[in-house]
Amino acid sequence: MTGESVLFWVLAPLAVAAAIAMLFMKKAVHSAILLAWVMITLAIFYITLEAPFLGIVQIVVYTGAVMMLFLFILMLVGVDSSDSLVEKIKGLRTVAIFTVLGFVGALTSLIARTDNGQAPVGLGEANSGGNVQGIAELIFGDYVWAFEVISALLITAALGAMVLGHSEKSGVAKTSQRARSIARFRGKSIATAAGLPGSGVYARNNAVDLPALLPDGKPSDLSIAEVLHRRGDVQETKSYALEGLPKIDEEGNK
Amino acid sequence: MSNSSLLLDDPGWVIALKGLLIFVLCVVLTLLSVWGERRIVARMQMRLGPNRVGPFGIVQALADGVKLALKEDIIPKAADRAVFILAPIISATTCFMAFAVIPMTGKVNFFGEETVMQLTDLPVGVLYVLATASIGVYGIVLAGWSSGSTYPLLGGLRSSAQVISYEIAMGLSFVGVFIYAGSMSTGDIIASQSTWWNVVVLFPSFAIYVISMVGETNRAPFDLAEAEGELVGGFHTEYSSLKFALFFLAEYVNIIAVSALATTLFLGGPSAPPGLGFTSDWLGGWFSFIWFFLKVFGFFFFFVWLRGTLPRLRYDQFMKFGWKVLIPVNVAWILVVATLRLMTQQGASQFMIAAFTGGVVLAVLFAMSVYDSTKKKAEERSRYVGEMPEPSFPVPALPSIKKADE
Repeated sequence: MTGESVLFWVLAPLAVAAAIAMLFMKKAVHSAILLAWVMITLAIFYITLEAPFLGIVQIVVYTGAVMMLFLFILMLVGVDSSDSLVEKIKGLRTVAIFTVLGFVGALTSLIARTDNGQAPVGLGEANSGGNVQGIAELIFGDYVWAFEVISALLITAALGAMVLGHSEKSGVAKTSQRARSIARFRGKSIATAAGLPGSGVYARNNAVDLPALLPDGKPSDLSIAEVLHRRGDVQETKSYALEGLPKIDEEGNK
Repeated sequence: MSNSSLLLDDPGWVIALKGLLIFVLCVVLTLLSVWGERRIVARMQMRLGPNRVGPFGIVQALADGVKLALKEDIIPKAADRAVFILAPIISATTCFMAFAVIPMTGKVNFFGEETVMQLTDLPVGVLYVLATASIGVYGIVLAGWSSGSTYPLLGGLRSSAQVISYEIAMGLSFVGVFIYAGSMSTGDIIASQSTWWNVVVLFPSFAIYVISMVGETNRAPFDLAEAEGELVGGFHTEYSSLKFALFFLAEYVNIIAVSALATTLFLGGPSAPPGLGFTSDWLGGWFSFIWFFLKVFGFFFFFVWLRGTLPRLRYDQFMKFGWKVLIPVNVAWILVVATLRLMTQQGASQFMIAAFTGGVVLAVLFAMSVYDSTKKKAEERSRYVGEMPEPSFPVPALPSIKKADE
């Protein structure tokens, strides 16, 4: 047994076990970790098969960048929320089953047709000028057109995602602190010159989504962050009004 | 004879012994650097620093380490147990792996075996270091997430966003070196620096690498991920005892690893400084080990010096600097390096090369002057707040308001 086959028989069962366990994990982050492990074992196989560049790139790009992005999203978008098993698009399950069966069939026929136990052919020839140089020759020589087209496509896709994902900024223009301070004093009213009223602190409750009550019992819309308004997280402020107090206008006159 | 061919005939016991030596060396260096950092920072702040345990307090870090290991190990109830335990293990194992490709000596006699003190020489050695660093980020992210608490999660996300962003600038600063050396293997890169070190030839790459290595290791002034005032310690807030010690170890081993890589890529690795080439045969070649670590300690001192001098950056400033300054400047520099390299390879005349260099210098100067004048104008514009009626109540005079067009 060569070192290579020892490595294979140790790592391959681990990779397969991790891949299967990935499907049965309850938490999405656990699945992500197992998938990252599968990617790393694949990279190790590439390196032992004398494709060091491919192996390292597999780790840097897939494990380091793509999977990390997945993890970020999983962590920020409620991790514990479980998927619903309701079929949203009709017939999706049937299509999925057929696709999986087709894929398994293709894979089985491919593996069945391989010649086991034969020496690999052409590896020395491909790596003759060095592994990295060989790949560079292919990418920037023979396939430079396809390579450039794909990179243009990916950049377009990234820009498209940014355009589609871009949401309208909230109404407040982003100005300097200095300009905002001046605008507060020179605006129509100086009621807010000392800053906007804090949320809910003068009221019966103490939370960011509850309006502050002014001295006349009127709830103040200014006391709640614009973002919460836009997101619709705030209940109707009028319902918090207190009755029976003397009326005062914005400038503080009775 | 290149490093890879020297390493090819290493018997198994030599490889195993080298692996063990790298591990021991990293742990000892961590203990020494914790002590060294505290002593140097103390000196900069006119204090003494640790001076009780052992001569000059040199085993203070060891004593602290033992104490740390004997502390109660707490796993919070809200934590995800398996991942919580896995995270420090990922951090601590990946940081050692980078050392496998770093040559620490020239050709030496290792118990009768002609070799170099380097575990292996991959044709993609430098990329391998990047790959191990990118797996190390998992330790940070998972530690932050698995703690089941808000501050560690924020700290973990900040930390990993920072590491990933600065890894890009770092990776780009390698490209200049690759183009110049014509190889990605650490052995070949050192061999290519036999006449001039890369720090002279590729100074912009070196400067960007040094900045991004500080960002990459989450050290001051880029230590916003563990900003004590804001995040109570960052991603490892919930960790205690030996698990915390592992993160601590990983941080210092990472510092030494990026310093060692900087030495390899830009300062000629274990080769002697110019004019001292005769030392390379001293002690049967082992003297190069001393040169290598003198350079690494130089970088380590720089790390500590930065920490003692600079205040922490704000997060948006830090990210803007990484994405909008370091990366574009680096790409432009790579274009210049690639063009120069191609010109020399295709035998362009001295005059052509000088003309190109002069053109680049002029273009940079022009861009700088344009940038300066637009910045000045934008500053004036920002001072102008527009026509507003004077209010009916007394306000303090606004200093230096003038129209931009005047």
